[in-house]
Amino acid sequence: MAKLSKPNVPQFAVDVYQNEYLPEGGREVNAIVTVTATGGGTVGGAVGAPHLYTPGRAPSAAVAVMVDCSGSMDYPPAKMRNARDATAAAVDTLRDGVHFAVIAGTHVAKEVYPGGGRLAVADASTREQAKQALRRLHAGGGTAIGTWLRLADRLLSSADVAIRHGILLTDGRNEHESPQDLRAALDDCAGRFTCDARGVGTDWEVKEVTGIASALLGTADIVADPAGLAADFTRMMETAMGKEVADVALRLWTPVGTTVRFVKQVAPAVEDLTGRRTESGPRSGDYPTGSWGDESRDYHVCVEVPPAHVGQEMLAARVSLVVPEPGTDSARSLGAQGLVRAVWTDDVAASTSLNPQVAHYTGQAELARTIQQGLDLRKAGDRDGATAKLGRAVQLASASGNADTAKLLAKVVDVVDAATGTVRLKAKVAEADEMTLETRSTKTVRVKK
Amino acid sequence: MSQMPPQAALSKCPSCAEPLESGDRFCGACGYDLSAVPPPPPDHPTLAMNGAVLPDAPQGPPSTAAEPLPAHAPAPQAPAGPAAAAVPPAPAAAAPGVRFDRAPEPDEYPLQAPDPRVAADTAPGAGPVPVCVACRAGRVDGDGYCENCGHAQPRERDHLEQEFGPVAAVSDRGLRHHRNEDAFALGRTALPDGTHATVAIVCDGVSSATRPDDASLAASRTACESLVAALAHGTHPQQAMHDAIVAAARAVDALAAEPATAREHTPHQNAPACTLVGSVVSAGLLVVGWVGDSRAYWIPDDRSPAARLTEDDSWAAQMVAAGLMSEAEAYADERAHAITGWLGADAYELEPHTASFKPDRPGVVVVCTDGLWNYAEAAEEMAEAVPRDAAVRPLHSARVLVGHALDGGGHDNVTVAVVPFPAPPQGAGSA
Repeated sequence: MAKLSKPNVPQFAVDVYQNEYLPEGGREVNAIVTVTATGGGTVGGAVGAPHLYTPGRAPSAAVAVMVDCSGSMDYPPAKMRNARDATAAAVDTLRDGVHFAVIAGTHVAKEVYPGGGRLAVADASTREQAKQALRRLHAGGGTAIGTWLRLADRLLSSADVAIRHGILLTDGRNEHESPQDLRAALDDCAGRFTCDARGVGTDWEVKEVTGIASALLGTADIVADPAGLAADFTRMMETAMGKEVADVALRLWTPVGTTVRFVKQVAPAVEDLTGRRTESGPRSGDYPTGSWGDESRDYHVCVEVPPAHVGQEMLAARVSLVVPEPGTDSARSLGAQGLVRAVWTDDVAASTSLNPQVAHYTGQAELARTIQQGLDLRKAGDRDGATAKLGRAVQLASASGNADTAKLLAKVVDVVDAATGTVRLKAKVAEADEMTLETRSTKTVRVKK
Repeated sequence: MSQMPPQAALSKCPSCAEPLESGDRFCGACGYDLSAVPPPPPDHPTLAMNGAVLPDAPQGPPSTAAEPLPAHAPAPQAPAGPAAAAVPPAPAAAAPGVRFDRAPEPDEYPLQAPDPRVAADTAPGAGPVPVCVACRAGRVDGDGYCENCGHAQPRERDHLEQEFGPVAAVSDRGLRHHRNEDAFALGRTALPDGTHATVAIVCDGVSSATRPDDASLAASRTACESLVAALAHGTHPQQAMHDAIVAAARAVDALAAEPATAREHTPHQNAPACTLVGSVVSAGLLVVGWVGDSRAYWIPDDRSPAARLTEDDSWAAQMVAAGLMSEAEAYADERAHAITGWLGADAYELEPHTASFKPDRPGVVVVCTDGLWNYAEAAEEMAEAVPRDAAVRPLHSARVLVGHALDGGGHDNVTVAVVPFPAPPQGAGSA
């Protein structure tokens, strides 16, 4: 990937926040690792202004838009129309020179534009042709998302580009293939391109959509009102256009005798990466993070070190960012690294204090988990259990200042007292509100500094 | 400055004793050719005394008038002064027999903790990459951690020793702390009256503050430099000590403005802080100064009652001083060791304590942090721990005292300076 040596690759910085002090016999070391990428090719430095690349310095990219064209998209008919308009808006957002394709998804995947197993290169005329082609989109057929992803993968890999991204829209359940088929497709596509997934309406399965985004390191969201699709697609495409380096991995080195308890992305949303480790050398492993523009993310790393005597100090983990070279053991380092330390002390004040960042994100992860459990219990008919869990979630959201999640929770429960987590389940909850809460439950806020 | 000594040396005509002006080449009275004058003996009065005390000492190189030596510098290898025991060429009869019981090589003591500087110095020479001291398997990376087991490698400040003229100091990380937050500085200067003074400063970083190691290093260096400069200008030692503590406090205050290093994410961000204790020993005067709970003890050579010279700025000491509690009660309280005075930007107000003494017999001053006196609190216990020959072998004694603290448990960083009283006159050749 020679393109990665272009000057538009952003600079990565790593900051570690932790309480390195452990009591005698203490083994668990927690740290929040903040990774910030800055100074890429974007002129404004902001994701909001992705078109403003210095001429000739924009990274090469390919994007596939997958639009659900199953029969249900015609109920109501506005859904299909909005999906068409949203895709047109996304195509308009494409930067000149970006490779792209539009795929119509049913129980099979069909190329809508440009066709012939190729990708088009965005310019005024191809954008216009693509929009013409969109008019031919009509609803009819089933849903087999795995086939859409496989086609997208085939098309995206036909171009030699730095950034490969997909945008997937569905309105229903993945009924025309087995969950194993989807799983297999996701496994095959993971690491080959990133993908944002959106559910439109309320007839889709939250766990399917979030599962796709999670496996392909993209975002998941609900667009309950089809009218909101165009704005959402534009935003997604802008973000995709802002990406500058792909396939970045978080490399974690740990010393002999140390076990990794977990590695989670905790901001902007909770994403457990523990199970996605690839060994990259003695005592080190890589965790995929997808592609990066000018942005900042937080990771919670928890390792268990061998116990040591008071007065000892060791390096518990070394965190760096790399771009692994496919098919080889080597990797290109992105420069920055952070050190997670362990220092054993008999100073109780030092060893018992919680690092504010670690505490905050431990709370945010619990918030996401609690919401999920609460909603699962509610669906299972356990009202008491659901009330307890969602009450705790209200309490956590309020205490940590996660106002967005607090608002979503308030649509599902009546909050009596946020501080103590006293709530009543609402008798009637709009399906869209519940799905919104579930989809967005992993969104976190950062510590106010 | 090179003008000064010849002027002083040729203040009058060697032939007719007529006073001379600066730059005179002939005597204005008798016409004596001044350029023919043989250089006068560089330093007259001290020679005789020097010879009386230690016959082989004057071969030391002339010291400049003022030379504070920061604690981090490697121990001087040059023959340091009259008390350096490692200079063997004189026949045994010329010195007390005790000194030559041992081989004439530089002394090595089994008590001494391994000096990491030695390891650090020899390792690169011995092999291309240093090997981890903990697992002996991994290489050491650029950050000072083992690539295999992750253990931190010993740092330069983990164990420091320095012998400077008649004074010596040793600082050790101890057994329970992960780094050495103590620091010391030794200095020596000529006073305007021709006698000499030795300076020892010991600082203990406050662990609950941010960057205590930086604080102690800055305070000890600044105080030592300030003292040496002031003493050379003739400031009274007690006033000089007071000023030095104020200067050290400013140096520590200044650290608070600097951003913490990236590695330093302490659980509580406080202004850097440390304690300070220092001593100035001249021919007849012993001055101590302190802030916090680091101490100085007076240990006479003849073991007539020893004494603690400082009064801790600590909760317990204040309770006792105010008559609110007995000493036993106060020190049994868990707040006993909370300090009430320190150098640092968040100190309420700086109260430098100074005291001066005129001991009537020779002895040594033990200047130390609580890492040592926790294991020898009373003056008698300290006297017990100090070797009998402390005045002639200060470095050995400092090592013995550090060993005493480590044997007791080494719960804190240990730093001790051993300063003989009276300050032995410096070798000939100094101005």
